[in-house]
Amino acid sequence: MAKQGLKRQQNRMALMLLTPALATILIFTTIPAFTTLSYAFFHWDGFQRGSFAGFENFSRLFHFPFREQFLIALRHNLLVFVGIFLIQTSLGIFLAYALFKIRRGQRFHRTVAFFPVIFSLVIVGYTWQIILNPFFGPVNYIFHSLHLDTFARSWLGETSTALPTLVFINLWRWVGFPTIIFLAGLNAISTDYVEAARIDGASEGQIFRKILFPLLAPSMTIVTILTFIGAFEWFDLPYVLGGSSGGPAGATDTLALMFYRLSFGSVDSIANQIGIGSALGVLIFLIVGVGATLGAKWLRGREVEA
Amino acid sequence: MIRIIGSKLFWRSVLIFNAISVLLPVFFLVNSSLRSSTDFANNPMQLAKHPYWHNFAQVWQNGDFANFLKNSLVITGGSLVFILAFGVGAGFVLGRYQFRGQNLILGFVLTAMLIPAKLMILPLFIQLKWMHLLDSQIGLILVYASGSLPAAIFILSGFFRALPVDLDNAARMDGASEGQMIRKVLMPLVKPGLAIVTIYAAIPIWNDFFLPLVFIQSPEKKTIMQGLTIFFGEYASQWGVLFAGLMIASLPLIILYLILSEQFIKGLTAGAVKG
Repeated sequence: MAKQGLKRQQNRMALMLLTPALATILIFTTIPAFTTLSYAFFHWDGFQRGSFAGFENFSRLFHFPFREQFLIALRHNLLVFVGIFLIQTSLGIFLAYALFKIRRGQRFHRTVAFFPVIFSLVIVGYTWQIILNPFFGPVNYIFHSLHLDTFARSWLGETSTALPTLVFINLWRWVGFPTIIFLAGLNAISTDYVEAARIDGASEGQIFRKILFPLLAPSMTIVTILTFIGAFEWFDLPYVLGGSSGGPAGATDTLALMFYRLSFGSVDSIANQIGIGSALGVLIFLIVGVGATLGAKWLRGREVEA
Repeated sequence: MIRIIGSKLFWRSVLIFNAISVLLPVFFLVNSSLRSSTDFANNPMQLAKHPYWHNFAQVWQNGDFANFLKNSLVITGGSLVFILAFGVGAGFVLGRYQFRGQNLILGFVLTAMLIPAKLMILPLFIQLKWMHLLDSQIGLILVYASGSLPAAIFILSGFFRALPVDLDNAARMDGASEGQMIRKVLMPLVKPGLAIVTIYAAIPIWNDFFLPLVFIQSPEKKTIMQGLTIFFGEYASQWGVLFAGLMIASLPLIILYLILSEQFIKGLTAGAVKG
């Protein structure tokens, strides 16, 4: 009897405690996520939904003028992913290994390495914008005083350097994150393996290549997938530094910026195109979802048990 | 060469070099915020020997800026109240009770965790408009709460699950109701989990730029990160004031990070590292 009373009390409790959380998630995440799919299949007039459109929005996305924008943006996202992945991941492993090796002062260096991650991209973006300012920034000031005038240029203002510069700023802000993930991965590896290899006369380089690096695979999976998702949803930094049209002259345009312009209008065209925007949203979701799932599957397959 | 790479000295210099490249831009930001605009325009590389506090006074006298800060505090704080209150409740039930449909609910929560907020911005926009929650702080708070709740529930249910079952039985034996048991017995024991969830949720919300950009139109309701973009238009080339604005906007997190760096690192990597 007492037990049944408890069960009843627990059921009431479970209902009372679960409902607010689940209702919030349902209303503000799950339902909009499902409706976003339907939006791509309708005609839209501003924010007013019109008649059923079939795949018309998708086909318009692949015709002039959207097709050209889409391909340029997609290319930028791909370049950014490859660039960030190569530089950030290798630098992250390098720094994590340095932290792993150095015990005295590790805490200080770890705290410093992670520090930029807490900054808002708005603050990071504006600070670097001034640092790289062609007339008043310290970077060009140094290049001028060293008589290296060719390097004193408008790094964010020229179409050839804008995107690599954004990748560099992103690197400054974010490299501490993979560093900490890889450090956690290194710390999780049993010291027995390393000791055994050392007794067998393996060099530090061999130990890293043959033992530590392969056992870092789970951390590598996480970092790769997060980098992939981040690169294909890249918005804040290009928006803060290049505006919604990815300035200068579209050199830093990304899929997320294009999605934003189509959804809410831009300086060039006030009218928004919700149907085409949603079609692009569905495509980005597919790229990210399929890419991340297949990538995770492939990467998990190469992980070895630590 | 290989000798050099193997040595502690090499790895220590790598870390020192990294520390310099991280701290130099931050030092530049702090230093420049204490120099007058004309001084900075003459030479961007000088030390602020006589701190020019006037920049900060000017930011503060711009009434909007203080208002942006207040809005950010209200929105971040408000979201945290929802996330912690709802997250503890759901985390407790999923971590400590066993009932039919539990896996279904966990699956629902985990799926929500994978949905990228940016891509459902349009339906959310129209839905909020329909609910009269557009251009409203409460609307923004609910969207943030919804975005962080899945991970919060996931993290907290793990903490609740790890506590010994005997605790509940002992509390019930002593005549505690389920509610009393949560508040008096279990809550104090999951405090580290609450700290992780707080940081996991609060930092991205404080720093967020995208949702206020889309959902908030009235200038008086904008958050600090939104406000900075307005501020940069207003004070273009008044360098000292701009730096002071950036400093004020980043100072709360810098101070908290200096005190709680370990918890920050744990909290911000919580989604990525297992256990």
